[in-house]
Amino acid sequence: MSGDWRGVAAENRDDITESVSLLLRARSRRLLGDLLRPHRRAIAVLTVVIVISNGAQLALPYLVKTGIDSGIPPLTRGGGPGTLIAVVALVLLAALTQAVTRQAFLRMSGRIGQDVLLELRRRVFGHFQRLSLSFHERYTSGRVISRLTSDVEAISELLEAGFDGLVTAVLTMGGTAVMLLVLDVHLGLVALVPLPVLMLFTRWFRRRSGAAYRRTREAVALVIVHFVESMTGIRAVQAFRREPRNQEIFERLNADYLEANSRGWRLVAVFMPGIKLIGNVTVAAVLLYGGWLALDGRVTVGVLAAFLLYLRQFYEPMQEISQFYNTLQSAGAALEKLSGVLEETPDVPEPSRPAPLPRAAGRVRFDAVEFAYDGGPPVLPMLDLEIPPGQTVAVVGATGAGKTTLAKLIARFYDPVAGRVLLDGVDLRELDEATLRRHVVMVTQENFLFSGTIEDNVRFGRPDAPMEAVVEAAQAIGAHGYISSLPAGYRTEVGKRGGRMSAGQRQLVAFARAFLADPAVLILDEATSSLDVPTERLVQRALRTVLADRTALIIAHRLSTVEIADRVLVMDAGRIVEDGPPDRLLSLSGRFARLHRAWMESLA
Amino acid sequence: MPADTVSSGPSGDGPGTVPGASSWRSLWRLRSYLRAYVPHMVVSWSAALLGIAAGTVLPLVGKDIIDGPVTHGDRAALLPLGLLALGLGVAEALLTFVRRWAQAGPVLGLEAAIRDDLYRHLQRLPMSFHGEWQSGQLLSRVTTDLSAIRRFLGFGVLFLIMNILQLSAVTVVLLRMYWPLGLLVAGSSVPVVLLSLRFERRYILISRQVQDQQGDLATLVEEAAVGVRTVKAFGRSAHVYAGFDRGATRVHATSLRKVLLSSRFFTFLEVVPNITLALVLLLGAAAVGAGALTVGMLVAFTTLVLQLVWPVASLGYILAMGQEAMTAADRVVEVLDTTPEIVGGPEIVERPRGHVRFEGVEFRFPGTDRPVLRDVWLDIRPGETVALVGATGSGKTTLAALVPRLCDATGGRVTIDGHDVRDLSLESLRSVVATAFEEPTLFSMSVRENVTLGHHDATDQDVREALEIAQATFAYDLPWGLDTRIGEQGMSLSGGQRQRLALARAILGRPRVLVLDDTLSALDVETEALVEEALRAVLADATGLVVAHRASTVLLADRVAMLRDGTIAHVGRHTELLASVPEYRALLAQDADLDPEEALR
Ligand SMILES: Nc1ncnc2c1ncn2[C@@H]1O[C@H](COP(=O)(O)OP(=O)(O)OP(=O)(O)O)[C@@H](O)[C@H]1O
Ligand SMILES: Nc1ncnc2c1ncn2[C@@H]1O[C@H](COP(=O)(O)OP(=O)(O)OP(=O)(O)O)[C@@H](O)[C@H]1O
Ligand SMILES: [Mg+2]
Ligand SMILES: [Mg+2]
Repeated sequence: MSGDWRGVAAENRDDITESVSLLLRARSRRLLGDLLRPHRRAIAVLTVVIVISNGAQLALPYLVKTGIDSGIPPLTRGGGPGTLIAVVALVLLAALTQAVTRQAFLRMSGRIGQDVLLELRRRVFGHFQRLSLSFHERYTSGRVISRLTSDVEAISELLEAGFDGLVTAVLTMGGTAVMLLVLDVHLGLVALVPLPVLMLFTRWFRRRSGAAYRRTREAVALVIVHFVESMTGIRAVQAFRREPRNQEIFERLNADYLEANSRGWRLVAVFMPGIKLIGNVTVAAVLLYGGWLALDGRVTVGVLAAFLLYLRQFYEPMQEISQFYNTLQSAGAALEKLSGVLEETPDVPEPSRPAPLPRAAGRVRFDAVEFAYDGGPPVLPMLDLEIPPGQTVAVVGATGAGKTTLAKLIARFYDPVAGRVLLDGVDLRELDEATLRRHVVMVTQENFLFSGTIEDNVRFGRPDAPMEAVVEAAQAIGAHGYISSLPAGYRTEVGKRGGRMSAGQRQLVAFARAFLADPAVLILDEATSSLDVPTERLVQRALRTVLADRTALIIAHRLSTVEIADRVLVMDAGRIVEDGPPDRLLSLSGRFARLHRAWMESLA
Repeated sequence: MPADTVSSGPSGDGPGTVPGASSWRSLWRLRSYLRAYVPHMVVSWSAALLGIAAGTVLPLVGKDIIDGPVTHGDRAALLPLGLLALGLGVAEALLTFVRRWAQAGPVLGLEAAIRDDLYRHLQRLPMSFHGEWQSGQLLSRVTTDLSAIRRFLGFGVLFLIMNILQLSAVTVVLLRMYWPLGLLVAGSSVPVVLLSLRFERRYILISRQVQDQQGDLATLVEEAAVGVRTVKAFGRSAHVYAGFDRGATRVHATSLRKVLLSSRFFTFLEVVPNITLALVLLLGAAAVGAGALTVGMLVAFTTLVLQLVWPVASLGYILAMGQEAMTAADRVVEVLDTTPEIVGGPEIVERPRGHVRFEGVEFRFPGTDRPVLRDVWLDIRPGETVALVGATGSGKTTLAALVPRLCDATGGRVTIDGHDVRDLSLESLRSVVATAFEEPTLFSMSVRENVTLGHHDATDQDVREALEIAQATFAYDLPWGLDTRIGEQGMSLSGGQRQRLALARAILGRPRVLVLDDTLSALDVETEALVEEALRAVLADATGLVVAHRASTVLLADRVAMLRDGTIAHVGRHTELLASVPEYRALLAQDADLDPEEALR
């Protein structure tokens, strides 16, 4: 089985060459800096706290040494335990200091970590919201979800455990090195000889594992994408017995993920014992050399003991570091992905200086507009169109002619490749999102309901609308009777993606939502296609009054809609081939007349 | 707004969520996944044990060096002991390597295997399950929860046991070396154990809460991503963002509580060995003074006590990991334990003729009291096509879903060629019945893959035929022809194009029974006429159930059945019903009360 089921698309965004990875790292570092900046002060305090905590921890072996070297001799000589007790008191003090500062550190760093995480979630989600439709079409929802779940979690893991471990380890190691030299320069130097090896080794690991974890992130994203898609389309999957093939695909993606994971794992499997080896060899060397020195009385037994303790403290966390390195590296890879998202600029950008348009009359104009989807063939080759305020325009034409595309340009889902789309003489590109959406609302061909109640979904059109307005909107399109007949009325749960409603009921709710929004320009794309005839007629009747004072663009294949239109546009292959009041077009016996005749026949 | 209702609505966090009822049981059940890796595990556990032994002996060599050569000035004995230390050290490192390398299989394999099984199981669970469970919740089980389980089972358990062993080994060594001090060290583990148990209970609650809330958040993300067109169309980004923000803030607050809880616990775990160290130093030095202990032993004692700091401290992490794994296992097992209500029977239709009968069928959705369908009788003879009409929400889609068993009738039965559909194997049933849904339900795959969804072995000729009948030959003109990847849910196509692909998919393979659920609604009149013309030929052989809102589609059928109040109120030929049943006329005739002149007023 090959991988061609996925098909070919214009752009494959998954492949990142190694040369780009440097850039990526710089970018994610910037993001990290950006996220941490607000916590500068807290981090400074944190640093002090953790230095104290580590100092206390580091003092312990030294105190043990002092205890052994100066606390015991008086005892054996029959002296008082004064020194010993003083040392033990100090040990207790150090332990307590360590405990208090450690807890403070854990709390503070935990809070900072969670704050950073919250901010990151907010930013990424907000940015996804800002990015334009063409981005989402390329990126797919599965990837969006993967970024905001699996990637954010990778970072959260780092913040929860890895960060603490890493900082502690680094500080402990630095402090230990200093203490070793202070205790005894010769022995200290011997103990520190392997340090360069250690650093080279760590660098090797970092390089190799960085690449491995990046692969892991991408592999898990593919698993998520396939998972989400097959669960979303489970109805078709089951009805068409797609399960075995899906399973095959899933298992392969899962195996890829496994493979990517194993690579990282194998690296750790080499790295961790490697560190241990260096550590243990050092301990043996210190024992030998230290023992040698001690024989001559050049170091005390206490110093030797302290060395052994310090070396433990030095290498033990190194062990754990490699553990945390896991988290660190996958968090790093995740951060790269997230920073990549944050760097995406919307194809439909907000204007830097938005033009004011507090009230819109609803005059829409296409000025020499050309449009093509993302490098594809032109869909609208050259379009000039003027819709005066208040006019109701019906758009008809064969499927794939470009009707929806025309509508989406008015709603500024996309920007034209050339030319301008204007609302009341203002280029849409100069209007900010809020203003534009207040004036132009579109009911898309594929309506989407959020899980929640009917009321929630209608109110989506105007979140601050009072209940009466919600009911009014439903009444206007004749859905009130149906809704209030439900046991829970407007509080009926519509289920996941509106799954507990019939297709027609979903359309009605989507319709009511648009009514509630009350825009100057209303675009209805096949908004009644799933309704039964009487309901459709009711809606049309309602439309007649509702559309009286606003501009409307109605796309419909059922020409019954045309009865409420002032003007008809017939589209063919992206061009407007006929344009005029319906009765005039009928008398012309052109395309519209033909369509109309076919429609009349279909009613028989 | 959606955001508020996610966690409260029944669809919010999956129906069966029982917070807090965690135990080892779920996790224990997953052990069977490790069976394939027994050899790996034997190797890694042996390596772990030997490693602990080496690690524990190493400080003892240090003691011997101090008490032997150093104290007695015995230069000659120093070298062999030093080399012994070196050997032990190298051995420990090697053993660690072996352990890690051998662990890769079980740890990673476990996760992958459970994930495969979860996916397989989810694919078998019926529509009723998928209608209730948000994919965000499912997703977080397949990703986050599985890695929590992986981390613990493959990793945490080993560490837990290694740490406990190390603790015991060191304690035994200490006890034998000088029992009063050994006893002290052993005694210091009592508070650790007690507190760990208390901690466990509280942590479990909070970590399940975090996991559920993260699942809810994933759901919000999913809705915002999938519904992005609607969000944009209404400019409601801020509104959706606010909902997400509330969810994220909730996760933030709960996580903070988790951080606080664990910070207290972890600190405690670290402070205990340090205090023990102080006591060891005090009593040990006194013992040395009294001559009961050698200096070398004291050094070994302190080294060993400090060596316990990490195992004890990491006990906290590991227990936390274990908690997470337990809740995660609960959540995973919860899905795996959901029995698929719709499973195939033993029979197969040898030579399907396509005789579909509804016999006194009743259907009610779970949790509702009114049946959507009741006492439905309908007989569709082989080769016959019946149109199903009815008002919006009258139950047409539901009725159509009963044939391929996407739902099961709650009363009565549906039969195909005399077999109750519940007695047929799903494979057999669903190869006899093909459905085109009212929503196209396409996937971001190549056009070919979408069309041949259930017929992997279809030839190019089959595909072409299906596309031609559905008037979907536009697909050949896409940039890469049939290999073009269509966007998610087919969103890079126009509405009508999507619908025609879905239709082609249903026709492909010439099924005996064809169910078409309002599949011409997005087509323009001319294309619709062409499709109908071509469909007529297909339906001439096949048994058809065609859900229709328009008269033009109804004309495809030999007979029409009209649904009203959940039951079939009228059956007959279109013209007959039009003439004799006023409500049928009201439902279907566009021109019922307006003439074409008025239509174009
Ligand atoms: N997101 C997209 N990316 C690439 N191509 C697209 C996209 N959306 C539509 N197209 C293509 O643009 C052309 C016009 O599509 P459009 O949706 O505007 O048609 P339509 O007139 O609305 O048709 P219908 O009546 O079937 O809805 C079609 O050929 C379609 O395949
Ligand atoms: N999962 C569900 N839970 C509860 N009620 C449901 C569920 N799905 C559908 N319903 C209800 O069952 C009824 C029948 O729905 P169905 O989708 O079969 O209608 P339909 O005849 O296909 O309508 P349409 O013409 O709008 O497609 C509707 O009133 C709907 O609200
Ligand atoms: Mg369209
Ligand atoms: Mg339906």
